[in-house]
Amino acid sequence: MKRQHTFRTAINALRRNIMRAALTTLGIVIGIAAVITMVEIGQGSSNAIRKTIESMGANTLLVLPGQAASGGVSFGAGSVMTLTPGDCDAILHDCPAVSAAAPVVRATAQVVYGNHNWVPMQICGTTPAFLDVRNWTQMNEGECFADRDVRNASKVCVLGQTLVRELFQGESPVGKEVRVRNVSFKVVGVLSKKGANMMGMDQDDILLAPWTSIKYRVTGSTVTTASSSTSATTSTVNTLDQIYPSTGGALYPVPSDTEAADTPLPVRFANVSQIMVAAQSSSAMKQAIGQITDLLHERHRIKPGDPNDFQIRDMTEITKALSSTTTLMSTLLLCVAMISLVVGGVGIMNIMLVSVTERTREIGLRMAVGARPRDILWQFLTEAVLLCFSGGVVGIALGRTGSYLVTELLRWPTEPSLAAVAAAVFVSVTVGVTFGFYPAWKASRLDPIDALRYE
Amino acid sequence: MELLRLKDVYKTYHLGEIDLPVLKGISLSIERGELVALMGASGSGKSTLMNILGCLDHPTSGQYWLDGQEISGASANERADLRNRMIGFVFQTFNLLSRTSALENVKMPIGYSADAGTEREGRRRAMELLKRVGLEDRMDHEPSQLSGGQQQRVAIARALINRPQFLLADEPTGNLDSKSSEDLLLMFEELNREQGITILLVTHDPGVAQHAQRIIRIRDGVIGGDGTASVGAADDDDGAGTGKGGPA
Repeated sequence: MKRQHTFRTAINALRRNIMRAALTTLGIVIGIAAVITMVEIGQGSSNAIRKTIESMGANTLLVLPGQAASGGVSFGAGSVMTLTPGDCDAILHDCPAVSAAAPVVRATAQVVYGNHNWVPMQICGTTPAFLDVRNWTQMNEGECFADRDVRNASKVCVLGQTLVRELFQGESPVGKEVRVRNVSFKVVGVLSKKGANMMGMDQDDILLAPWTSIKYRVTGSTVTTASSSTSATTSTVNTLDQIYPSTGGALYPVPSDTEAADTPLPVRFANVSQIMVAAQSSSAMKQAIGQITDLLHERHRIKPGDPNDFQIRDMTEITKALSSTTTLMSTLLLCVAMISLVVGGVGIMNIMLVSVTERTREIGLRMAVGARPRDILWQFLTEAVLLCFSGGVVGIALGRTGSYLVTELLRWPTEPSLAAVAAAVFVSVTVGVTFGFYPAWKASRLDPIDALRYE
Repeated sequence: MELLRLKDVYKTYHLGEIDLPVLKGISLSIERGELVALMGASGSGKSTLMNILGCLDHPTSGQYWLDGQEISGASANERADLRNRMIGFVFQTFNLLSRTSALENVKMPIGYSADAGTEREGRRRAMELLKRVGLEDRMDHEPSQLSGGQQQRVAIARALINRPQFLLADEPTGNLDSKSSEDLLLMFEELNREQGITILLVTHDPGVAQHAQRIIRIRDGVIGGDGTASVGAADDDDGAGTGKGGPA
């Protein structure tokens, strides 16, 4: 009853001077609206920036096989073949902080189309998930190969812009066939332009194909790991060997049938050169690294204390740049927001002080009929908080409208932020309490006798 | 039966270095159901005495019993509570809340009562009181739409809302024309007679004081006269008391 009475009294008091209440609260309205709009624009922008930076690879991790060492001599990263596509699938399924993972088999080879040829910077054998990892799902033309193509080791590929420019000179490559080390791949899609990476490497100079195709049809035929299997696979897969005898020419004498029968075909290695992993977000990188490490320990049966047979690399530099950018942005916005709210709060305090002076007789009267100092304090505090709160509500509506208009009219990316709204309500009430307290306290300290006689 | 009693009440204001004694040993008692006028010139300590009687202030020394309770040392909160329960105030300047309806004005003190009833009950009682002071058709009017006499009647209704035993009227007719003053004083008499409410009229107008059964005169901080209002009591403010008390 008493609280309810205080509340109603405050509302009545504000209603008695509705114009002044509205003007007083305008400071808060503008402050909160500015905060909301700013935060939403800021969040939209920083998200856009984050996406851009992430597309540079800020949230990607590289899992590389470890190094072999013999007699104290290390052979460098990748010298043991420990990573398998199975590892890749397991990472994707068992690590919650990972959003996408793709195995990569690398090769360097000449790509030929008609009378043009080019050696792309990268030939990547991978899965369609590669494009998710690299934030590269937008295709310029055609589409990416499918998981089915990976299973079938289909001879299909996707080309980067540079490669298209060098080989096709304005022609549409989709549907054409290019030859990679005499294996012909059908072009099914063209990637969108990505430009150079941080190191100045042209990322568009790329050819993507199913990793199975690259591994078993392209590199398998030339990188001679086991001499006996090489000739066997070569003869079954690469039918152009006879036409271009120089490519991949046998370094070793071709074994006779008897020899071949004596040395059965070894199991086809299914190791990959690296696994590319995308974390859920750039902030989940640490978690992702931890989860992958644990998982690979388990899968590779590495005892605690034994050296890892893999390495994980992240793009620390880019991540740092990213976090400093967003931190700067939000700090800046917070400063602007704080200033506008403090100004609004001072406006409220000012008017409340005037109001207390103006209503001295009313305060005296209320005290004479039995209001305690605390009742008066509560009444004025409630008024101030009510002013700020309603200002906050109007400000939120105005701010949301503002950011909507910014998106609609200026095409500036904004993002609705529930946190900003909650913070705005909280801050406006806090401002009300903070700046309403002094006038309310002053009112409650009035002497009823003096107050009643005040002119 | 006694409603209130003052014994040797002193009140001294400290104005910087100087002590300014205003009340210098006041002792008086008022019975229940009395209609008393408190008269005195300005500066005589009349307002100070009224503030102490109305629990707005506490004496520097001396004792004050209200309704059998000694309250000279009561805290601000206790005094606020006493004012709310026991005392109704009527002021010279009406002191109604502007831009607030008569009904809301009358209801206002209920909000500060510890044992306030329901909202509906308070509203009904406020309407009843407004009807009794003859303003049943003006309940929704704001003070600026009412005449002085009507405003003072709203103020009386407000003073009565918490069923006080003691009504303190500080120059209630000071801002009214003679016709309204007469009506108002008749209303006080009626309240006193029918409800048995003890009323203290603070005034310097002998014509007003004449309506009281008893006149207490105060002069220079002491009681200058205390007695029944005789027919010929229309002397001026500074005049000596005509009652049986005689000059102190």
